[in-house]
Amino acid sequence: MRLEPKPTPGLATTLLYPAGAILATIVIASLLVLIAGASPFNVFWLVAKGAAGSQFALLETLTRATPLIFTGLAVAVAFRAKLWNIGAEAQLYIGAVVTVVLGTGAVAMPTPALIPLIMICAMLAGALLLLGPAVLKVRFGVDEVVTTLLLNFIVILFVSMLLEGVLKDPMGLGWPQSKRVIADAQLPRLIQGKRLHFGFVIAVASAVVMWVVMKKTTLGYEMRAVGNNAEAARFAGIPVNRVLMKTALLSGGLAALAGFSEVAGLKGNLTLDLSPGFGYTGIVVAMLAMLNPLGVVASAIFVAGIFVGADAMSRSAGVPSYIAQVMVATALLTMVTAIMLTRYRIRWK
Amino acid sequence: MEAFDILLTTSFWVAAIRIASPLIFATMGELICERAGVLNLGIEGIMTAGAFAGWITVYAGGDLWLGVAVAALTGVVFGLLHGFLTVPLGLSQHVTGIGITLLATSLTYFTYRVSLPEVTSPPKIEPFQPFAIPGLSDIPLIGPALFNQTPLTYLAYVTVALVAWVLYRTPVGIAVRAVGENPSAVEAQGISVTAMRMGAVAVGSALMAVGGAFLTMSAFNSFFFEMINGRGWICIALVVFGSWRPGKALIGAILFAAFDAYQVRLQQVTGGVIPYQIFLMMPYVLSILALIVVARRATYPKALMVPYQKGER
Amino acid sequence: MNAEGGGEAETVLRLSNITKRFGPLTASDSVSFDLKRGEVIALLGENGAGKTTLMNILFGHYVADEGTVEAFGKTLPPGEPHAALAAGIGMVHQHFTLADQMTVLENIALGTQSLFAPRFDRGRALARIEELSRDFGLEIRADALISDLSVGERQRVEILKALYRDARVLILDEPTAVLTPLETEALFATLRKLVATGLSIIFISHKLNEVMAVSDRVLVLRSGRISGERRTADTDRGELAALMVGETIKEPEVVEHSPGDTVIELVAVSTAGRAGGAPLDAIDLALREGEITGLAGVSGNGQAALASLIAGTTKPESGTIRIRDEIVSDWSARAALAHRIGRIPEDRHATGMIGDMSVTENVISEAYRSPRFSRAGLLDWKSAEQFAETIIRDYDVKCPSPNARVRLLSGGNMQKLILGRAFDGEPQVILANQPTRGLDVGAVAYVHTKLLEARNRGAAVLLISEDLDEVLALADRVIVISKGRLSPPSKRGELSVREIGERMAGHGFADGVTDAA
Repeated sequence: MRLEPKPTPGLATTLLYPAGAILATIVIASLLVLIAGASPFNVFWLVAKGAAGSQFALLETLTRATPLIFTGLAVAVAFRAKLWNIGAEAQLYIGAVVTVVLGTGAVAMPTPALIPLIMICAMLAGALLLLGPAVLKVRFGVDEVVTTLLLNFIVILFVSMLLEGVLKDPMGLGWPQSKRVIADAQLPRLIQGKRLHFGFVIAVASAVVMWVVMKKTTLGYEMRAVGNNAEAARFAGIPVNRVLMKTALLSGGLAALAGFSEVAGLKGNLTLDLSPGFGYTGIVVAMLAMLNPLGVVASAIFVAGIFVGADAMSRSAGVPSYIAQVMVATALLTMVTAIMLTRYRIRWK
Repeated sequence: MEAFDILLTTSFWVAAIRIASPLIFATMGELICERAGVLNLGIEGIMTAGAFAGWITVYAGGDLWLGVAVAALTGVVFGLLHGFLTVPLGLSQHVTGIGITLLATSLTYFTYRVSLPEVTSPPKIEPFQPFAIPGLSDIPLIGPALFNQTPLTYLAYVTVALVAWVLYRTPVGIAVRAVGENPSAVEAQGISVTAMRMGAVAVGSALMAVGGAFLTMSAFNSFFFEMINGRGWICIALVVFGSWRPGKALIGAILFAAFDAYQVRLQQVTGGVIPYQIFLMMPYVLSILALIVVARRATYPKALMVPYQKGER
Repeated sequence: MNAEGGGEAETVLRLSNITKRFGPLTASDSVSFDLKRGEVIALLGENGAGKTTLMNILFGHYVADEGTVEAFGKTLPPGEPHAALAAGIGMVHQHFTLADQMTVLENIALGTQSLFAPRFDRGRALARIEELSRDFGLEIRADALISDLSVGERQRVEILKALYRDARVLILDEPTAVLTPLETEALFATLRKLVATGLSIIFISHKLNEVMAVSDRVLVLRSGRISGERRTADTDRGELAALMVGETIKEPEVVEHSPGDTVIELVAVSTAGRAGGAPLDAIDLALREGEITGLAGVSGNGQAALASLIAGTTKPESGTIRIRDEIVSDWSARAALAHRIGRIPEDRHATGMIGDMSVTENVISEAYRSPRFSRAGLLDWKSAEQFAETIIRDYDVKCPSPNARVRLLSGGNMQKLILGRAFDGEPQVILANQPTRGLDVGAVAYVHTKLLEARNRGAAVLLISEDLDEVLALADRVIVISKGRLSPPSKRGELSVREIGERMAGHGFADGVTDAA
């Protein structure tokens, strides 16, 4: 069996295979639902209803999608340049730490100045966190997959240390949690009394900006060239290492915004369960979007919908909500296969 | 002084070897995959799945060894999936591996919840018991450390010897190393690259799963979420640290485990002056430092992460 | 070479109506021939004529769309290299199939024992290898790592691999491409010994003189078909050349003219050692306007180091680079481009083009930061696409659109894109590293024409090629590289092929280095 490159696919093919991937995912999930002793139709109906069946559900899905857009963008940007940033989780937490440090009263400024300041500092912290592995990759040839993965564990322990130490809320009844950020540092809610917050707007705006960067700027061009063929890029005079550094800064910064937006927009303070794996799920979001920044928004909403819907379904149908994670992981694998099939055809002889 | 005395206690060395055992299995598993040219980032998830599969088998009334076998088989299944996606289909080994980890982990948690919907605290099983090897276990200090362990630890020793023997002294081992160096060398000698690589990934993944099962069936006696806790990623670092050689990787695993056992004891000695998280961080920091030291000099298998296309130039 | 003269001997191999298509291209078009015991067939043809495809089918790497392969009277199952090996067919590939970090012994014995055997029988393998290398004069250290061997030695390992498996038919794919003339002589001597024991050989080449020297019978392939079959004794080079090329493609004519000023000069330049070939050892080299300097040499002797130095991808370890009397201290790919050096890299796929990006994206890769294609970090895709269209038109590139992925283009069309990109803005220096490797005759002539045009308008051209005939045909002067050192230049026609061959083997260098590679 061999793979043969196909001519540039038309729009129909480009959409056909991914649709097949989603279908395959649903079939596999249905089998699991059957094993769990429930009816797939009922379960998927409940998931869909829980994700988008009411204004509350829809808003909840968008709220959940917000951090995923940021981590998805972080991964999409990095993977384009074949910088394997698996550490969005760590960058997210560092962004959250910075938000808490600056947002709990240390800096007094009016909201329009304070929020951008916090955002910039959070991004810087996340960017620097990923710069480490990027430098190690370029200077010492250390695989960034392993370093970013290990940093996830280090950073979580670091956050745990802070929450039991300097950042601990004295009024927190002994729980490892930070003080709440002051009102000036909070992102406004988009609809009065609902959870959806301004972070969603920032996330979508970031996606648009990243789309422009990737499509229209020399930096985006450089990143794609480096990711596709670093040797040819180097030959053409593209400063490969510098591009990787810039990519790392951008990716780390975007992931850190997820932490910022969760704290300043939704939770109000920092706890150790701020992220239920948003960093890792960002990888799936990015791959489902085929690394396209605008696609990230759609796929983040889709993935968030599965999670939110599965939570609702789990309460009524008794199928464990982990079915959502299984679906997301399956979707990742079927989608990368589908993307490959749009570019290559399999010849069996 | 107290900090040094730890090194002279038997319990420290017993713990070190116990901590090393699952790492040894999984490191050997990853080493086999990478020697054949396939990076297997599914390791973390495969260990999780193996830990659960072995444990649930015993919990359901199976024999302990049957549990090990079921764990290994679970590893094979995920290994074949990873192999199929990355070898004949040539998908990114990074992305696929992460996908396998996410899939194996979430499937495990899902299955756990489906099979044990009611429990709040994880039920316990009767795990493997230490078995003193007569004579050898009487040697002071290292005797109990090395030879008063559970059978699975002994199996880990055997695994290292077996992997080393197979890789360097058998026809199939030579083929595995060759396929990781230059797949066309293997193809030209009439051996299927796809079969070699997928076989290596399947076997390697089985070892990873057994490594996971060690935790639920030998080190502890029940399964809980997030129990692998990055051990898989550390094994990937250990393979690099060991320059893809079984013996060196074994030494790396033991050193690492000794350090891990040491930091736990040091925490007690220092009595809370230093936050415990600092100690817990050390193994991860150490792994990164080790990588920095060796990465430059490392001789990677030449075809690691390079997909092979039949008849390609 | 055949003592029996062919005819009555037993048929060992029979190919019948082999046809293989790759998309619209027919790489092999109902090819049939027989091979007799103790016979040497030469398969002659230009690059892209279908020689390698045919052998890949014979060996089971590819499956033919039509036709059968019979070995010793039995039809081989298609697509199974192990069946071909079992039937006694051995193949020495053009690109060696050896695992570098493993020993000679392990490489040779690989796959000869059952994979399920509990132990690799090292002693037996060692004894057999020693016996074979003694019998056929193929000296080798069995426990040496492949990475420590010279190219000639590696080829010996490849031949031993086939003999170890009792090959009765040996296929050699362009075996002399990487050898010095001396090593080539040694190879031919080995082949004679092998034929004397009854082995049959298929010798694939595009070099007429070798074919004449080594074969009993010549099959000429052109565009996937057999365009002629001759007994070697009954033919001559002229006839074979005509059969090989078909309609004569006119190679450009070189008009003598005198060179101008020195454009780029390397003074006592050395480079750091790196895997894959010798580093440069204090070389001096001056390239002048309107002159093609041809660099001949056995591959791995420093060509790669010199090419990447001039391309700007490596910096000199010591020594100076002077361009038009300016000493350039900060050397990089960008510096090279800024000094108007046009570069044609050795490997189109790996370094020349980015396969999964479009034609447009590829042609601007060296100039995307110029105001022509971008302002304030924003790319002007319209202007980029116009540039791509200009190259497509001017260089006659066959591609569906500027948006097509480059991976889908043929080698010749890819090379035309590279030419278009490199020649944009009339560079004052042109680095052409193996510019015609793997191209068909038409494309070769095209590249030659373009290189000569550049020379005639005053560019300084450095032509690095493993094909000595190409160097001799185009270069105004020839320099030989050996072990990272350069011979003094000699004018066109000053040295014979024999003399150049001796220099390639390391003889006649200034300091009297005489040991062969």
